Amino acid sequence: MRSIYISLVSEFYKSRKTLAFWAAILLPVVICSLVSFGFYSGADKILKLNAPGMTLWIRYAGATLNVMGILVMPFYVMFMAFSVNNIEHKNDTWKSLFAQPLNKFSIYTAKYLFAVTLIFICLFLFATLTYGFGHLLQVLVPKYTFSQYNPSNFLINSYSKLFLSSLGILSLQFIFSLIWGDFLKPIGIGFVGTIMGIVAGMVNWTYAYLIPYSLPALALQVTQVKKGKDPLDFEIFAREIWVSLIYAGILFIAGYFIVTRKSIK
Amino acid sequence: MSNYAIETVGLNFSFGNQTIVKDLSLQVPRGSIYGFLGPNGAGKTTTIKILLNLLKSPADQVFIFGKEINSNRIATLKKIGALVEQPAIYGHLSGKENLINRCLLLRIAKSKVAEMLALVDLTDAADKKAGKYSLGMKQRLGIALALVSDPELLLLDEPTNGLDPNGIIEIRNLMIELATKHNKTILVSSHLLAEIERTATHVGIINKGQLLFQGTIEELHLLSKPMVEIEVDQIENASAFLVTKGYEIASKTDNRITVPFSSSADSGKLNTLLIQNGFTVSSLSKQRKDLENLFLDITKNN
Repeated sequence: MRSIYISLVSEFYKSRKTLAFWAAILLPVVICSLVSFGFYSGADKILKLNAPGMTLWIRYAGATLNVMGILVMPFYVMFMAFSVNNIEHKNDTWKSLFAQPLNKFSIYTAKYLFAVTLIFICLFLFATLTYGFGHLLQVLVPKYTFSQYNPSNFLINSYSKLFLSSLGILSLQFIFSLIWGDFLKPIGIGFVGTIMGIVAGMVNWTYAYLIPYSLPALALQVTQVKKGKDPLDFEIFAREIWVSLIYAGILFIAGYFIVTRKSIK
Repeated sequence: MSNYAIETVGLNFSFGNQTIVKDLSLQVPRGSIYGFLGPNGAGKTTTIKILLNLLKSPADQVFIFGKEINSNRIATLKKIGALVEQPAIYGHLSGKENLINRCLLLRIAKSKVAEMLALVDLTDAADKKAGKYSLGMKQRLGIALALVSDPELLLLDEPTNGLDPNGIIEIRNLMIELATKHNKTILVSSHLLAEIERTATHVGIINKGQLLFQGTIEELHLLSKPMVEIEVDQIENASAFLVTKGYEIASKTDNRITVPFSSSADSGKLNTLLIQNGFTVSSLSKQRKDLENLFLDITKNN
């Protein structure tokens, strides 16, 4: 455990000046700001809908969540998996990393956990900023009904689902980024996978849930709440989440065997 | 306790069908600077990777300070500092940050960083991005990274590769200082014997994965017997004359005869003898086959 912690601290130290690290912070700040600005500048149109607090929150948070779930999240996860490994590929440092008196599995696990942590930070910020900016909008546009409803549970549930459903993609992309040191192959495969995932989800293919790339979008279909239904009436550990976690677990272990063989030649 | 910092016993290693290291028995004494020599592709880097357990050796073939490497990986690596191929440096971090990162990984006090930077003369460039360092600076930072844990054994894979003469001298002096003052054992690989012969106390010569010579630098010198080369006229007569006087002719060209060297006095006598018998000696000099040629000879016959 101690060597996982040490390796994790080192990962943060190494990455703190890279885009991958800052993307975890910038991405939610930029996207939430843009959506909020849209709600501020287009307040007249939205007010005409006369939406009650809950609906308004779902509309507002959904704007971010849907973009995230379908497109941004898969690409962000791909980029994260790429960056964490690329730092070693680019500097040819796998050798020296594995020549340190540290357990190899700890080094690998720390890398994976680092990527997971950054994705968590990113989504946590999304949820927090959505909550905060929503209340800010209420102050700026007093006619809004944000104050009528507490969206905490909805945000926590949605973002937890998004987080868990993205772990499958992360493990898969993690392996691709371990095998290939370049940008094009892992991102290219991930791009094709994401398109497949979107198409499979759109046509409601029965087995779409088996494609890791479609899982975030599938997991978030709940945000398209039907009228009269409680938006909180969904389970976090739905089928998509289990599939994602199983993928994550199996591929994580497979990745370890790849990294111990790959890095040394 | 083993007298050897590194000992390999009949080490074999192959990638698929390709044998890289064959029956290699290295013996690197503690406190030595061991020059690990061989042409490119001889198996030096592979051997170093095996010594770092980056490549897994068969059981009971590699011992570091007397301990089998596979079953003592972490304990062994704690005693080793290494520079394998190009120095592994994070280009987006400064030299100082690279060292701090290594300290984090090895649980070493960060105060060691300044000391290391001073040792490799990088204090002034400590805050510059390592990616912008010159090759020599990168190499020195790589050595600082290898040294930061104060390891007993240093494995340096062609540390002077690509350095200018000044850089080569600096690295050479640093190695001597580390071995003599700090009691480190250093295994340094190179494909240039000339570079090693001034620093190494011991030499191992490897070619096509096989160890062709191993011993002290003096033992290597003994292999190259000194000769006396005489430039003389009437070469055939002179040569026949020397044979009648009991000299062994090692080689003969159009105007030069080479005989084994025994002593300076004897060379003088030989000169006198030739002149007294009517030959004109234009030059007479002691020749030693330099180690570079010896190295080529040893590796050529393999």
